[in-house]
Amino acid sequence: VSLARFDEARRVAIFGGTHGNEMSGVTLVNLWVKNGSEIQRKMVDTKPFITNPRAVEKCTRYVDTDLNRAFTPENLSALGEGDLPYEVQRAQEINRIFGPKGSPEAYDVIFDLHNTTSNMGCTLILESSKDYFNLQMMNYIKVTDIRLKSLLKASIQLVECCFTSVNIVLCDWFIAGLEVGPQPQGVLRSNIFEAMRVILKHALDFIELFNEGVEFPTCTVEVFRVLERIDYPRDANGNIIAMVHPNLQDGDWEPLNPGDPMFLTFDGKTLHYQGSGTIYPTFINEAAYYEKQQAFVTTRRETLVASAIRKA
Amino acid sequence: MPYRARFGRKMECVSLPPLSNFAICGGTHGNELTGVYILREMQKHNVEKVGSVSITTVLSNPRAVDACRRYTDRDLNRCFTDDLLSSPITESTPYELRRAQELNAHLGPKGSEEAVDLLCDMHNTTSNMGLCIIFNSADWLILHICKYLQSKITSMPVRALQMDLPLSEAFSVDSLGKHGFSFEIGPQPHGVLRADVFNTMKEAVDLTIEWLQQFNSGRTFEGGEVEAYTRWKTVHYPRDPTTDEITAAIHPQLQDNDFKLLQPGDPIFLSLSGETVKHEGDALYPVFVNECAYYEQKIAYHLTQKSTLTLPSINVKKD
Repeated sequence: VSLARFDEARRVAIFGGTHGNEMSGVTLVNLWVKNGSEIQRKMVDTKPFITNPRAVEKCTRYVDTDLNRAFTPENLSALGEGDLPYEVQRAQEINRIFGPKGSPEAYDVIFDLHNTTSNMGCTLILESSKDYFNLQMMNYIKVTDIRLKSLLKASIQLVECCFTSVNIVLCDWFIAGLEVGPQPQGVLRSNIFEAMRVILKHALDFIELFNEGVEFPTCTVEVFRVLERIDYPRDANGNIIAMVHPNLQDGDWEPLNPGDPMFLTFDGKTLHYQGSGTIYPTFINEAAYYEKQQAFVTTRRETLVASAIRKA
Repeated sequence: MPYRARFGRKMECVSLPPLSNFAICGGTHGNELTGVYILREMQKHNVEKVGSVSITTVLSNPRAVDACRRYTDRDLNRCFTDDLLSSPITESTPYELRRAQELNAHLGPKGSEEAVDLLCDMHNTTSNMGLCIIFNSADWLILHICKYLQSKITSMPVRALQMDLPLSEAFSVDSLGKHGFSFEIGPQPHGVLRADVFNTMKEAVDLTIEWLQQFNSGRTFEGGEVEAYTRWKTVHYPRDPTTDEITAAIHPQLQDNDFKLLQPGDPIFLSLSGETVKHEGDALYPVFVNECAYYEQKIAYHLTQKSTLTLPSINVKKD
């Protein structure tokens, strides 16, 4: 495809607090709900929105169940209203306000703001390698802001192994999870907050330019395609018996070669990566993933070509 | 304070009773994982006695550990004042108040002859503090342990922090022991287990046990000086006067700079609208900069002064 045309992105939502203790998004959205001048753009209707207010109030990831895994078709059609888990009720409400997917009322673009305890820098999480709109947006941001050139990464999670996140169900094309770290849960770091703010500023500028009819020529973008999740070594009772090795800790996006240290047992023994080839690990030692049996995620580095895009 | 030696005169060696029992606590805050896992390993290896020292391992707040939360009803590590330890238990008493009294019966009673000789409580912080040894009153024993650890541990800075409250007001679990202190290691996000932090905590615990054995077997530990950070002053986040919401983040130049002297005019906060707030007043040392658990009380950091404490040589009192 040499030129892909999309309808203009008129309605844009910015979600914060999908996990109530990921503070950059919570703080930005609260700020913009009070004063949205910073996120206003010509011909774009931008709505900042706290997706999980109860979790935000308690400064916890979730109250009953992870909202970012709650957007299953079963949940969205479940009956029971007040008897349903809080996050299932929220998912239904969010779907009503911002979706449903495929309908003319659905929002055009949704940014879902997250933080991670992993040393991932700024990562845009996409669902598809054909997501030319988001690939072009990434390219625009990197080209526009030299500080973000090396800081901003794109990660593609295959739909099958991607969880039923907020954005996947709602939008047809323009969905972007923005993950910035490292930041402890419950903590607001100024540098992380400002990085997220700047990325969103450029992203909204891009949308405005796109809506004005600017054509973005074809470009190549480096992406990391998620392969598999690696759990901690555990004993027969399910207890963790080793920690992420100091050599791997904080090494997100750096190559992990077969034979490299991967885990360190509590009594000092090193366990090595046994894969057949080099992979690029990410989400290394994310706090929320201990309960999801995930120590890190492996990815393969690819170069994608994004076709030129222009408003239809 | 009877710490400084008179100029030119060396302090005499002080003899102290042997320390036969040592309690080591973890999971006082259920999401500070290093202590939880250190305990797990010690219990797996049935560590009960090392030479002359009997060791008791205690998971302080099992409910909070199970939920991976700081606490269930209220902060356990604020429940050990004399008042709270003697308050009557009813059906509506919060879990942590009950638990504090249980721990007091098990490891104390606080202030009595039956209390454990030495109690060490393991903590983590999201602040960039390296390894801190936090104690309420600075007795010779604890200061010597500080000095010993400072001489042996090279993986991160080791610093002594003194709270100096009257014993009745001392509120943390380590106040139960005849001698008590906490290890605080950061930075580590709550709910995360970092291998480098685990290894340093393990080393600190092992060295403490090693020191106790050497002390009990008659070694004289030479006196000297230990620097300690004292006289804590709390600094709160700037807040919106009507909503009480925090309106600024720790400034990037202060973030991660615990123990770096803060001078008047140095930036401390960067408001959400981009204004810089500067430090006013005396030059002091910030600690617990941007600790997650302190947002609840809107505490941004504490300011301390650096004091030099002088120690005599000590050895064990022989019958």
